Amino acid sequence: MSGFDTIIEGVLLGGVYALFALGLSLIFGIMRLVNLAHGDLILLAAYLVFSATTVLGVPLAVATLLVVATMFVLGFVLQRLVLERVLGDDILPPLLVTFGLSIVIQNGLLLGYGADSRRLQAGAFESSSVTLAPGLSVGLAPLAALVTAVAAVTLLQLIFYRTSLGRAFRATADSPAIAQLMGINERNVYAVAVGLSLAVSVIAAIVFGIRASFDPSIGPARLLYAFEAVIIGGLGSLWGTLAGGIVLGLAQAIGGRLNPEWQILAGHLTFLAVLMVRPRGLFPARRT
Amino acid sequence: MSVESIPIPASREDRSLEVPVWQMRVGTRLSRIAAVIGVVVVLALAALPAIASRNLIQDLIFVLTMLTLAQLWNALAGWGGLVSVGQQAFVGLGAYALFAGIVMLGLDPVVAIPLAGLFAALIAAVLGPLLFRLEGPYFAIGSWVAAEALRLICAQFKSLGGGTGMSISPGELSQMVGLKTVQALLGLRPAAARDVLVYWLALALAVLVTLGIYAFMRSRMGLALAASRDNAAAARSVGVRTARIRHALWIAVAFATGMVGAMVYLQKARISPDAAFSVTDWTAYVIFIVVIGGVRTIEGPMVGVLLLWGLVTYLAQYGSLYLVVLGSLAILIMLFMPKGVWGEVARRRHVQLFPTQRWLARSR
Repeated sequence: MSGFDTIIEGVLLGGVYALFALGLSLIFGIMRLVNLAHGDLILLAAYLVFSATTVLGVPLAVATLLVVATMFVLGFVLQRLVLERVLGDDILPPLLVTFGLSIVIQNGLLLGYGADSRRLQAGAFESSSVTLAPGLSVGLAPLAALVTAVAAVTLLQLIFYRTSLGRAFRATADSPAIAQLMGINERNVYAVAVGLSLAVSVIAAIVFGIRASFDPSIGPARLLYAFEAVIIGGLGSLWGTLAGGIVLGLAQAIGGRLNPEWQILAGHLTFLAVLMVRPRGLFPARRT
Repeated sequence: MSVESIPIPASREDRSLEVPVWQMRVGTRLSRIAAVIGVVVVLALAALPAIASRNLIQDLIFVLTMLTLAQLWNALAGWGGLVSVGQQAFVGLGAYALFAGIVMLGLDPVVAIPLAGLFAALIAAVLGPLLFRLEGPYFAIGSWVAAEALRLICAQFKSLGGGTGMSISPGELSQMVGLKTVQALLGLRPAAARDVLVYWLALALAVLVTLGIYAFMRSRMGLALAASRDNAAAARSVGVRTARIRHALWIAVAFATGMVGAMVYLQKARISPDAAFSVTDWTAYVIFIVVIGGVRTIEGPMVGVLLLWGLVTYLAQYGSLYLVVLGSLAILIMLFMPKGVWGEVARRRHVQLFPTQRWLARSR
């Protein structure tokens, strides 16, 4: 059954990667901004939840709400005060600003929390498992990660295609100038998009923080996994991103089964292989 | 500095006239003075090992190698629009190729340096077409993924120390070409003489790379590159082969970056995948230098590297806090002084020591 175990493990891991990727995909889709600090912002969220549960002593659910609100506001302010000033035709300034932000957050976390590994505590939940079939049981936490990812994609799809906010997002993504003519406040739409991206990242951070331990240095790797999931899945499609995350998770799980040292490398090589064979991703959006 | 002006005929009929009315100019009087001063500074730096302490020489190796990396990144990202966050890939490949050349093939280190550059260029030539499929900002993360993949691959080579790395014993380096000459010339022990030799190589490379980029940016090719960055479709429509020129730049930059990596690790004589492929050391610092000094200028990286040197000397002891300061400084500069320190000086005072802009002027 070990081969089957690996596949299950990979698919469940993919749920986490998809959650990492959603926030990145969201703001790229709407404002063509690639946020190089995305991975470090996920870690910032994980540490905030960690502080809320240990220092404030509130339950995980309350901490989640608190940090989601905090990160949303942070994203909104970040866009209005910083990113907005550098967005434009030149791709260099936004990349450099978010890269600087990545370094500031990573080293700021190191100063604040030290280099020790931490883990979010979720009580009995994190170690319990469910039996899917005789001889095949799955950890509840990894399963919850995948379910959360599916729920998050569904929710974002609903926001995109069923609400006026989503319509504003799509309009601004298509043509900011015309969206403005139609009475949409472009600055607010962008700020809400960044806020939403960080709010989704909190969910990613919690799901990840329960499954595995984290330390301040691993932010950039989360960014790379998120990015790989987006590109493997194909730009412009959230379901594609979920699929891309699962492909990446599978690649890493299979690589890791062959040789523990190959786990991460297998993911990177799969990404490069997809880029070689299908540069538009495995499941690109139909409209161009 | 020979490219002073490119005569353009005012119209087809006037071609027979010897002196055109209008000329395209790049050079200025100040730039000719700067060229003379530049020669003096380089000669002084070349003579420095005769009196300088070993510590200063090691500091200057850092300054010169970082300057070279910054000039290269500036050419790639600033002028070429290829914003790579994965240049550590080529530093690491150059370093590992050098160690492989010395340990496995028994090559002389000085001979192995250009070969290490060639190896980095070869890998760049293979990776380029893949990464160029990612547009604009996605190219940045793509290059980072490639660097991570190469780091993990290098960590697989057990004969080169695997994940923990390895050292080269001083004995293996004592027979290096030129080392005996330097020892005899300056009366130094082998270890100190190796620093001086690497220092001279780093100085030569820094000068060659700076002049090479300067000449390239003032040439027709440089203009074509800038056009490819600003508007690829328009550039193609006037006959610029945008894909080919970017690919060539990417490979050339990887070649020189690989040589820098080989020099740095020849001096250190110790290598590990995490250090040789470090995004902080080989890309974040480099970006910081260019941003703070001034993107798209030759002078910017020179100013930036001196500022970084100052910050490293006084702040590096504070560890993480130092990187927080560097990152915040870079963000603030991007927000409020996007042309960098040198760019701001140049704009206010109209000073250009290494001018790359072209303007029309009435001929004398």
